[in-house]
Amino acid sequence: MRHRVGSAAAFAAMTVILLFAPAPGRGQSPAAKKAWTPPRTPDGQPDLQGVWTNNTVTPLERPKGLGAKEFYNEAELAAAIEKERQRLGQAEEEGRGTEAGTADDVHYDFSQFGLDRAQANLAWNRRTSMIVGPEGVIPPLTPEARKRRAERRAKAKGHEFDGAESRPLGARCIVRANVGPPLLPSAYNSNLQILQAAGYVVIESEMIHDARIIPTDGRAHLDKNIKQWMGDSVGHWEGNTLVVDTTNFTDLNPFEDAQNLHVVERLTRVDADTVLYRFTVEDEGMWAKPWSGELPMTRLQGQIYEYACHEANYGLANTLSGARAAEAEAAKRAAAERK
Amino acid sequence: MVLAGVLSMATMPAWSQTPAYRSPRTADGKPNLNGIWQALNSADWNLEGHAAAQGPVDALGAVFAIPPGLSVVEGDEIPYLPVAAAKQKENRADWVKLDPEVKCYLPGVPRATYLPYPFQIIQSHENIMMAYEYAGAVRVINMGAPTKAPADSWMGWSNGHWDGETLVVDVTSQNEDTWFDRAGDFHSDALHVVERYTLRSADILNYEATIDDAKVFSRPWKISMPLYRRVEKNARLLEYKCPEFTEEILYGHLRKKGSK
Repeated sequence: MRHRVGSAAAFAAMTVILLFAPAPGRGQSPAAKKAWTPPRTPDGQPDLQGVWTNNTVTPLERPKGLGAKEFYNEAELAAAIEKERQRLGQAEEEGRGTEAGTADDVHYDFSQFGLDRAQANLAWNRRTSMIVGPEGVIPPLTPEARKRRAERRAKAKGHEFDGAESRPLGARCIVRANVGPPLLPSAYNSNLQILQAAGYVVIESEMIHDARIIPTDGRAHLDKNIKQWMGDSVGHWEGNTLVVDTTNFTDLNPFEDAQNLHVVERLTRVDADTVLYRFTVEDEGMWAKPWSGELPMTRLQGQIYEYACHEANYGLANTLSGARAAEAEAAKRAAAERK
Repeated sequence: MVLAGVLSMATMPAWSQTPAYRSPRTADGKPNLNGIWQALNSADWNLEGHAAAQGPVDALGAVFAIPPGLSVVEGDEIPYLPVAAAKQKENRADWVKLDPEVKCYLPGVPRATYLPYPFQIIQSHENIMMAYEYAGAVRVINMGAPTKAPADSWMGWSNGHWDGETLVVDVTSQNEDTWFDRAGDFHSDALHVVERYTLRSADILNYEATIDDAKVFSRPWKISMPLYRRVEKNARLLEYKCPEFTEEILYGHLRKKGSK
């Protein structure tokens, strides 16, 4: 059975129209492009404002087997787009038919409620991975970081469902990995809004209504005792590029076990509908060397909406009550076997 | 308008009867409300006047007793319909269990304004964002042609415009799950709030909110208070991501026995 309702269908149809619009500047470095002069805000900042998506099918790390191949050629890109188009077609008719009124009929359908990434506006580009350079992958962990990670994981093992605090940060509606920084796309809802006022740039991720307020007045970072889930960001302008420097992270987000994380982001509007987003991540105690990535943000028509996560977090309660039910069942089975 | 009569100058508190102040301007010529602001009152404990009282956790003694406060409601009392007045009493009696603030839920408007945390106005030449430290709540006020909400939400739907020196924000489509304070003051999904933000001097922002909800109140009513600029060097909104502080309340009963 199809569960589609009228408004959802209209919305989906609208996004499909957006879907395969050619992405400007695909995969080209800004230097290779003819210089484009961005509009300015009334107080003279390059204007990055708008609603954007960094939704993409480009993976963070380069798939194995591509070696140092950093870019697909046009034919390979076209093939990838066609493959995704077919996948979308399948998603719309996802799964076998189910009978109304049966338990079987109650299921989550990404194509209607979540907007699978293939249905939303996709910023296609020729990159084989977001991470740039010949390696295209996150550098290996340092021995100390490997040790920290192993210890943390050993401690958590077997306790994954003990209580809310054992669950991932995203499942607890504290912070989602897409927020970073660096801002990375999510499987859905990779939408964000940029607003600018004199002395500030704000990047609000729709999921979970996280507004990162970045002062651009030259002030220093917060003192080191204040650690925050999204760190502490300060910014400045280099020509038309907003450079954002973030420190003061916890050791849990966005990269578990990183203790001195430093992220530098560069946002440059390269045409009316595209912001080129570049980032560098470093932590000497975590990775042998810094690593960098880039991906485009594409303009979305419309606006972002309230993503109230914690307020209706049935998933977390259901996960824990499911674990308790499974334990009770196991205890019952064990008791029956003893008899 | 009916309101004009109800809310005549005669009933306004002395602090809001200020001589006209011309706000500094943004680069595009609008009154400049940019900044980090905070209420300095106990309105979040109770919009109406209230004496000091024992707090909900005896062990915390004077650290978390209820501080006294003057009413921020014009005419002192909220004009509840009789049935609603009874519900407010029930809410108040059981507020620790029922208050959405205890659960770190998004606060709605106007409560977001006078929670005991700062908020920041980010005034772009297009729209205006209000970012609240509490729960990372945020709303973007549409300053273009008014738009309609596609659905109710916790923070509602805000359309704004300038009335001389005043930013006027019309807030509709709030769900019925938020409260006004820790005293159980509440509303329905018919809530309509009109806020007015007016600088009275460089560092003081007058805040007024007219509250209308025919399902709960016998007439529209108004709150007003000054908001103060956080003038500290390096004043910032910090993260107050409170879901984790509520996990024991919300999910503690689902914890594995003996795991904590």
